[in-house]
Amino acid sequence: MTIPSEPTPTLVRGVRPLGGTPTDLLLVGGSIAATGAQAVADAPPGARHVDAAGWVALPGLVDLHTHLREPGREDAETVESGTRAAALGGFTAVHAMANTDPVADTAGVVEQVWRLGREAGWCDVHPVGAVTVGIAGQRLAELGAMADSAARVRVFSDDGHCVSDAVLMRRALEYVKAFDGVVAQHAQEPRLTEGAQMNEGQLSGRLGLAGWPAVAEEAIVARDVLLAAHVGSRLHVCHVSTAGSVEILRWAKSKGWAVTAEVTPHHLLLTDELATSYDPAFKVNPPLRTAEDVVALRAALADGTIDAVATDHAPHPVEDKECEWAAAAMGMLGLETALSVVQHAMVDTGLLDWAGVADRMSTRPAAIGRVSGHGRPLVAGEPANLVLLDTAAGRTVRAAELASLSRNTPYEGRELPGRVVATFLRGRATVLDGSLAGAEPAGLLR
Amino acid sequence: MIRHLLSAADLDHTQALRVLDTAAELLALADRPIKKLPTLRGRTVVNLFFEDSTRTRISFEAAAKRLSADVITFSAKGSSVSKGESLKDTALTLQALGADAVIVRHQSSGAPHRLASSGWVDGSVVNAGDGTHEHPTQALLDAFTLRRHLAGGAGDLDGRRVTIVGDVLHSRVARSNALLLSTLGAEVTLVAPPTLLPVGVEAWPVATSYDLDGSLAKTDAVMMLRVQRERGAAGGFFPSEREYSRRYGIDARRMQLLPDHAIVMHPGPMNRGVEISAEVADHQRSVIVEQVANGVAVRMAVLYLLLSGSEGSTEA
Repeated sequence: MTIPSEPTPTLVRGVRPLGGTPTDLLLVGGSIAATGAQAVADAPPGARHVDAAGWVALPGLVDLHTHLREPGREDAETVESGTRAAALGGFTAVHAMANTDPVADTAGVVEQVWRLGREAGWCDVHPVGAVTVGIAGQRLAELGAMADSAARVRVFSDDGHCVSDAVLMRRALEYVKAFDGVVAQHAQEPRLTEGAQMNEGQLSGRLGLAGWPAVAEEAIVARDVLLAAHVGSRLHVCHVSTAGSVEILRWAKSKGWAVTAEVTPHHLLLTDELATSYDPAFKVNPPLRTAEDVVALRAALADGTIDAVATDHAPHPVEDKECEWAAAAMGMLGLETALSVVQHAMVDTGLLDWAGVADRMSTRPAAIGRVSGHGRPLVAGEPANLVLLDTAAGRTVRAAELASLSRNTPYEGRELPGRVVATFLRGRATVLDGSLAGAEPAGLLR
Repeated sequence: MIRHLLSAADLDHTQALRVLDTAAELLALADRPIKKLPTLRGRTVVNLFFEDSTRTRISFEAAAKRLSADVITFSAKGSSVSKGESLKDTALTLQALGADAVIVRHQSSGAPHRLASSGWVDGSVVNAGDGTHEHPTQALLDAFTLRRHLAGGAGDLDGRRVTIVGDVLHSRVARSNALLLSTLGAEVTLVAPPTLLPVGVEAWPVATSYDLDGSLAKTDAVMMLRVQRERGAAGGFFPSEREYSRRYGIDARRMQLLPDHAIVMHPGPMNRGVEISAEVADHQRSVIVEQVANGVAVRMAVLYLLLSGSEGSTEA
């Protein structure tokens, strides 16, 4: 293993932390060494100066839901390529979902993914452990072994599949209490969604595509918040997509239950109308919903009923999308467009300020995943995990320009606001001038 | 004229009438000793069938041949789903063959849209039935048949009452007919058990009912849809074939409820004894065999209008 060098000290000039008053930030040795006038005074000779006038600084983003596809589908994404995409999107930590091949259901596999993340060094990779062996929904995986492994797994999910068996879900919720874990549920009642292709509604009837009814999500969310309350454990609901789920979550939170939830950027922006093209770029699970659902999801993210934005970054090779709708894979890329979509859907609409974005995309996801060192305030003494964003810039999304190995963005050709200019992971620039700068090698300051 | 025919909704009132009027002229041809027209000589029409459908394929073949087109039939049953050749590669092959029109039947809803919008083929795409989505030429031949019997063979179907009965949820015939017959001014009523009506049907330009007996007295034509046996007990959409037949099948008793002038239609293939009794199928007011004959004329009209307009035309 190479001996890591210290990151170049960096003085960020005139940046607006959380969109507030402009100040200076001095990043030295992995931490924010000083802010304001003190930062300028303390800047060592040879420090890199970044003129960030007008830009917004946020704590490095934390994704609770990323598919890095390694091991098993390295043709779609690898830990290396996926974390490059993450850094370009402003992320300093991602949770790698367990539905790999082999499934991340043992200490061995989660440690492998964790180690690949450290070696890549573009952002911290926190493996998610499968709830059940092989994501088969039959018996519990060795959750404790994964929790105790070097990867220190705290989030467990069969994502891609629902833990539909009520007893198994109850046991999982109970069991993870021993190590402060959380079960992240992919809420999808399987019998109600057999062969489902898109949101069930007027459009599915017209397009002749099998419907994925909102009730299939809401029935599981309702059951699981009750189970979590009953056993006194933590439940996290993945990719909430319907107005009805929002209502159930609001009720559960009003009871004081330990329930959290995430929404994807695409569910905050896109609707089922896009399926009229039959272009599988818009095929995703859960499916794109109606405009009314989008409004409800935005409101829920704004008022905190939904705690976090999570990308559900789901790379697929070209041939799995370049086909007829029913044969196509479900999922879309998200890491490199998430912040722009949130700016467009939440900030530019006045629903959320930048402090709110920092909370929903960094602080709260870090807290849910029990990730230390991320989602921290941008003050002296804290880890230098941050992203600099030029909110006035805009861009046209081009799949060919993305760092992901896959091309399945639903935003091809779309104008989106905001641009990630720089990302710092423990003081080292992973992204500078909007381009990859350098990875942080394994072993530094864990 | 439009470039592709993917949905019955692609045709407005004027265009739909133009297809029907053209089909009427072409039907006259069928009575002549020499049935062929030279219209599409030198043009290539590909029948691309990913799903078995002998009658639709033969109907399109006959239509293209009577217009003197070169016809290539490509049976690629299950190719994409079974992970053989992809839809894209098949399309690129057809493009290399220089297809002027591709008539596609596919088990996946929207596959013809993908062919037409992907840039994989330059030719016109005609939807010959896609999944549970649409079957626009079936709707055109049904409209043509309805017009001959109920509207003197000319004009539209203004005010004519058509009742479509059965598995609307999975029926591409019902979707296309609901759209086209409404465009032509007919009053369409869909009758089905609630489990076989799609969510959102209230937004369609039709009325719906669960009661067949109550609907029959007020109809000029009743169109029975094929009910797939596997939707029954195993699929859970209705309790048994027998119960379905009792509540939603047409038999001699229900024929009595129809007005005297009303006709009975079926897109075929029929399940005799399930949605239609043998007595009704063979009844003099059943126009099922005539529907087949009209199908060739209507498909000739569609090919003629799509292809004769495509040279030098900029209309998309």
